[in-house]
Amino acid sequence: MDYFDILVSILGSTIRLSIPLLFTALAGLFSERAGIFDIGLEGKMLAAAFASACVAYLTGNPWLGLLGGIAVSIVFSLIHGFASITNRGNQIVSGVALNFVAAGLTIVLGQAWFSQGGRTPQLAGEARFSPITLPGVDLMRDVPVLGPLYVNVISGNNILTYLAFAAVPLSWWVLFRTRFGLRLRAVGENPGAVDTAGISVTWLRYRAVIVAGFLCGFAGAYLSIAQSAAFIKDMSAGKGYIALAALIFAKWKPVPVMFACLLFGFLDAFANFMQGKAVPGIGEVPVQIFQAMPYVLTCILLAGFIGIAHPPKAGGVPYTKER
Amino acid sequence: MSGFRNKERRRRVSQHPAIELVGIDKSFGTVHANKNINLKVEKGTIHGIIGENGAGKSTLMSILYGFYQADGGEIRIDGKPLTIRDSQAAISAGIGMVHQHFMLVENFTVLENIMLGAEGGQLLAKGVSGARKELKRLETDYGLDVDPDAIIEDLPVGKQQRVEILKALYRSADILILDEPTGVLTPAEADHLFKVLKVLRDQGKTVILITHKLREIMAITDEVSVMRRGEMVATRKTAETTVEELAELMVGRRVLLRVEKGEAKPGKVLMSVKNLTVKDSRGVTMVDDVSFEVREGEIVGIAGVAGNGQSELLEALAGIRKPASGEILLDGKPIAGADPARLRALGLAHIPEDRHHMGLVLKFEEYENAVLGYHRDPRYGRGALLDLKAIRAEAAEKIEKYDIRPPNPRLKTANFSGGNQQKIVVAREIERDPKALIIGQPTRGVDIGAIEFIHRRIVEMRDAGKAILLVSVELDEIRSLSDRILVMFAGKVVGEKTAEAGEQTLGLMMAGIAA
Repeated sequence: MDYFDILVSILGSTIRLSIPLLFTALAGLFSERAGIFDIGLEGKMLAAAFASACVAYLTGNPWLGLLGGIAVSIVFSLIHGFASITNRGNQIVSGVALNFVAAGLTIVLGQAWFSQGGRTPQLAGEARFSPITLPGVDLMRDVPVLGPLYVNVISGNNILTYLAFAAVPLSWWVLFRTRFGLRLRAVGENPGAVDTAGISVTWLRYRAVIVAGFLCGFAGAYLSIAQSAAFIKDMSAGKGYIALAALIFAKWKPVPVMFACLLFGFLDAFANFMQGKAVPGIGEVPVQIFQAMPYVLTCILLAGFIGIAHPPKAGGVPYTKER
Repeated sequence: MSGFRNKERRRRVSQHPAIELVGIDKSFGTVHANKNINLKVEKGTIHGIIGENGAGKSTLMSILYGFYQADGGEIRIDGKPLTIRDSQAAISAGIGMVHQHFMLVENFTVLENIMLGAEGGQLLAKGVSGARKELKRLETDYGLDVDPDAIIEDLPVGKQQRVEILKALYRSADILILDEPTGVLTPAEADHLFKVLKVLRDQGKTVILITHKLREIMAITDEVSVMRRGEMVATRKTAETTVEELAELMVGRRVLLRVEKGEAKPGKVLMSVKNLTVKDSRGVTMVDDVSFEVREGEIVGIAGVAGNGQSELLEALAGIRKPASGEILLDGKPIAGADPARLRALGLAHIPEDRHHMGLVLKFEEYENAVLGYHRDPRYGRGALLDLKAIRAEAAEKIEKYDIRPPNPRLKTANFSGGNQQKIVVAREIERDPKALIIGQPTRGVDIGAIEFIHRRIVEMRDAGKAILLVSVELDEIRSLSDRILVMFAGKVVGEKTAEAGEQTLGLMMAGIAA
């Protein structure tokens, strides 16, 4: 294999590994821009993965599986909203609690329903989202450089991948070009301004967490019925936290979120590639070094080395107007 | 004083007042913020509402704007009874409010802030051009110019306030409420604001101006209502009242508490403050080039209407806020900028103005609060460990000496009454036998019995040769305790008087009228 083939193969897996990060980070973007910190992205993704796998297995239809994942994820969001918006609870505590609930419940229910050690049964081909071959692949195949990129990186992904990339400009448009987006960004900065403008802070924040739940549903479905063919326990494996890191790394902006997710996905793909391989002059590098990179980069950013990351001002603070 | 008389003509257009409040009542827990308030505001006038901080002005206006719900009473707008459930209802009733703390999104543009809540459609693009046009019109009609594309946080506060006014006008408000609008403004900005308000009035808008500054009331209002401790005590035509009358209504005649004390025997200078300037967190100068001295064995009182820099002065002296410039000497040693722990070690004790926020941790048990701030003292333990036995024994002693009830050092501090909580703080600070004591509002929200007790302790401290600086908004307290009285107004010490100075003399100085 020459270097170019290696690069193409790493880029291909970069895309695959970035997609759940991208959906989840966009989910976090909506929630946090509205002032609701969401450490529970991980749990929502996991719960959605489980629900998608179950529904897809029972119905044999991936779209129904996706809907199931979205529904469960939104339920989790609503619980988070009820705790942190309605009852003004601590958003971090609520999010962490939901992560534990998701981790535990998926295993218990999975074991109770399917008795496969927390797994869901293997999905048949038509119950999954399969790779789509884009038109012109045959024509492009022999074009130097661009050809392999088109065939192996751009084409051959499942529908959710393309939806994830479409969600980036769509999120930007919603946040910066619509009334809902203006209000959502305002409520994350100064809920008092929203309240005195005669807009309900509570309802606005609920809508934001519902959008977050909706997007996490896609991330979960991607894991269990697109990338894999079953739910495996703990299959989110910290991706929710990496997505959160990507969100901070991107300074809570949609397009940078996409690049941050691609970067972190690339690091993950590179780590996989380097497994068991020796770096000339250094020897074998532990794979954990690459896996730690997203967090290290985020810490460097937070320490102020790559500009300053301003989180939404009212983030994490429950809104109360009575003194 | 007001030169505008043409409002008389306009008032006859409609017989209904713009706003009528009948029997408005509001409590926050045990605090009765508004008691049975009645108020009429005529159309096309500037109506002032004055009162000291905490008199209930802001609460009343927040009820009018639907930010809080009244517990009882009726609001009539233009003669029609109206329930104002939220700000949306207030806005549709034609009420706009400029809050004391601006309700702006700081990283949004002026235009975005103005459009927020009145976007004119699901998509922003639709409303933008209309909003720009409307802003232009408001600019020419009222002389309110701002760059619609400027980011709020880049604008000076005066301009930010203008955005708040524009927000209200953009929503076609007929009644504009301004809550302490000049607190954050420079004098020039304030003058400009007053010009704008007069233009608004002359164009038929009704303006309610909430303030504690008498000068502003006299300068621009047509009528003025005075609030004191949650009650509406009087309404006057501005042209027919005087600063003296308003000052008296605002502060109220209070029962003078007698404090037994002999002649002061001042010794050497213990605390001296030289050219001290202190800014608040927004960068506004709150204490402006203040100098004074406090000697051993005397009580120096600082009188002033709340909000004239006394709190910031106290905070700077107590090491809680870093002074912007100037010197503070304690017994000859410079202490400006030293932290509270070091100041305590040097013998400076501090009874803070607000016991709930600074003096006590309400969730702690009494004995824990009894040593708070002094917990590093070797008497209370060694190294990282606390000697709870010693601490509790000492707490019990202080409880007995100060008659703190109930006499239980294990009781949660929140469960003591206000007077007893204050005694816990006073006992902690005084029993350390400091050289100097700075005291803020020693008897706020404290019952008569405890007031007497605390006053006696303060005088005993003086007689024991301590230097005492007392800040209080209760003029009687200042007059009965102090040996010398300094009056603060707008961040400056505007004069010094003896305790024999009359209430009226001091009242005028506090209002910034006489020196």
